[in-house]
Amino acid sequence: MEKFIQLTLSGIANGAIFALVALGFVLIYKSSDVINFAQGELLLIGAYLTYTTVEMIGLWWPIGVVIAVVLAAIIGVLVEQLVLRPLIGEPTISVIMVTIGLSLLLRAIIGGIWGVTPRTAPQFLPRDTITLFGANVGVDRLWAFALALTLFVLLTLFFRYSREGIAMRAVADDQQAALSMGISVKRVWAIAWAIAAVTASVGGILLMSIFGGVSGQIARVGLLVFPVVILGGLDSIPGAIVGGLIIGLLQSFAGGYLPPELGMGEVAPFIVLLLILLVRPYGLFGQRIIERV
Amino acid sequence: MANGNGASLSPPQLEIDSVSLDFGGVRALSNVCFNIYPGTIQAIIGPNGAGKTSLLNCISGLYRPQHGAIRFEGRNIIGMAPHAIARLGIARSFQNIELFRHMTVLDNLMLGRHIHMRSGVLSGGLYWGRAQREEIAHREVVEQVIDLLEIQSIRKKTVGTLPYGLQKRVELGRALAMSPRLLLLDEPMAGMNSEEKEDMARFILDVNEERGTTIVLIEHDMGVVMDISDRVAVLEFGQLIADGTPEEVRTDPKVIDAYLGREHAIRQG
Repeated sequence: MEKFIQLTLSGIANGAIFALVALGFVLIYKSSDVINFAQGELLLIGAYLTYTTVEMIGLWWPIGVVIAVVLAAIIGVLVEQLVLRPLIGEPTISVIMVTIGLSLLLRAIIGGIWGVTPRTAPQFLPRDTITLFGANVGVDRLWAFALALTLFVLLTLFFRYSREGIAMRAVADDQQAALSMGISVKRVWAIAWAIAAVTASVGGILLMSIFGGVSGQIARVGLLVFPVVILGGLDSIPGAIVGGLIIGLLQSFAGGYLPPELGMGEVAPFIVLLLILLVRPYGLFGQRIIERV
Repeated sequence: MANGNGASLSPPQLEIDSVSLDFGGVRALSNVCFNIYPGTIQAIIGPNGAGKTSLLNCISGLYRPQHGAIRFEGRNIIGMAPHAIARLGIARSFQNIELFRHMTVLDNLMLGRHIHMRSGVLSGGLYWGRAQREEIAHREVVEQVIDLLEIQSIRKKTVGTLPYGLQKRVELGRALAMSPRLLLLDEPMAGMNSEEKEDMARFILDVNEERGTTIVLIEHDMGVVMDISDRVAVLEFGQLIADGTPEEVRTDPKVIDAYLGREHAIRQG
């Protein structure tokens, strides 16, 4: 029973991070139809920038994190303007190839700046454990969960009430109509990339603190957005959250209960990805698109 | 060019000056020239593929003509982004409804107020003082539109669930919520029955009379066009073949040719 609770709690905490990363992915897809294969590198950027500001420069960690996140947002906007904007109107497959290329490029740039050997990261989240429902849980996991939740609430309020958030929903719903309402679609795309970069880098920073180090391993989590968004539905924000939690729990249980030599913790999400694609390709909450021929 | 009514004495609100638009080798609009005067209802008619919607898309900035100028209140708007043109006070509706289908009628209309909203992310997000007052003011404008179009009972409904005729009406409402000075309507009555058409014609006249909004209207129903328009421009194969009052256009031999075919005209002598 203790193991179950432990796995559940760490699954939820990881799932919240996956959801955060997936949210940015969905946001980009909803507003601009771009499938971003470079999401994992956005996580890395956040993590390495924080490593730089906190460990190398020695700033107090909250300030270091804020600076890193702001820089990541600027990088997100630059990527949108320089890489994706020229591709407007190009076929989906070209855009996908470009984002794959972008992910390799970013990885190379990161390697060039920070090197490829794993680095010990600043652990700013408290490392001690507490007993919760009779199980020992790392406090850092709870922090990660609480931070992810706070971001979700803020983003929900942003989409519901702010002028820019409503403009983003309008663009996701009908681009032509949004244009004729005086909404700048380009501005919305820039905001979408900025938010995606922010949520991804927060995810990367949390993982860095949990892993106690920063390395390419963090970008691997970026790959997990695919099972998450396929499960939840590519174009659904609630889907990203629910999908993230399900994949987090699944990974945790599969890794905890099945023999470790099978490595099911790593594989299980992708088995789900395949199954979902077979039976319900639009995901749990995605919009069912019927094409009439 | 004939001066149909008194409105043409004031300077034009929109000048379409030798506009040409090519898609590759296909000429969609060729040297189109006419003026639209403030406070009038200007119809644009013509057979299918004549370039009516293309012209509207040029005005609202979705297409960029290769030649000519389109001046709104004296200012050339060719090359401006669609959202910037909307901000000048030009609203439009679409031939195939383009509503925010997943939102309510009220949300759709409130989005029409987008260009008039001032408060930033912070105060808007927190719904503080100024932002709250602003919201109430916008809501008043929207409620006036709702009253005018008689859509009170559906204001909380999700647009995607509404019947076609009502969706058309909501789309008009959303354009009106922008408080435009120039309203472009692309076949607002397409696919409607005669009763719905009558309602729509009445709303268009009301908007024109009560708010003084200039209206540019693409429509195929000749009865409606001749009834409600002050001036009619006729396009055929991308060229302007007539522009004048409904009476002038109705009797113009070129227009009769375009609609009934040259043979008919020859037989008529």
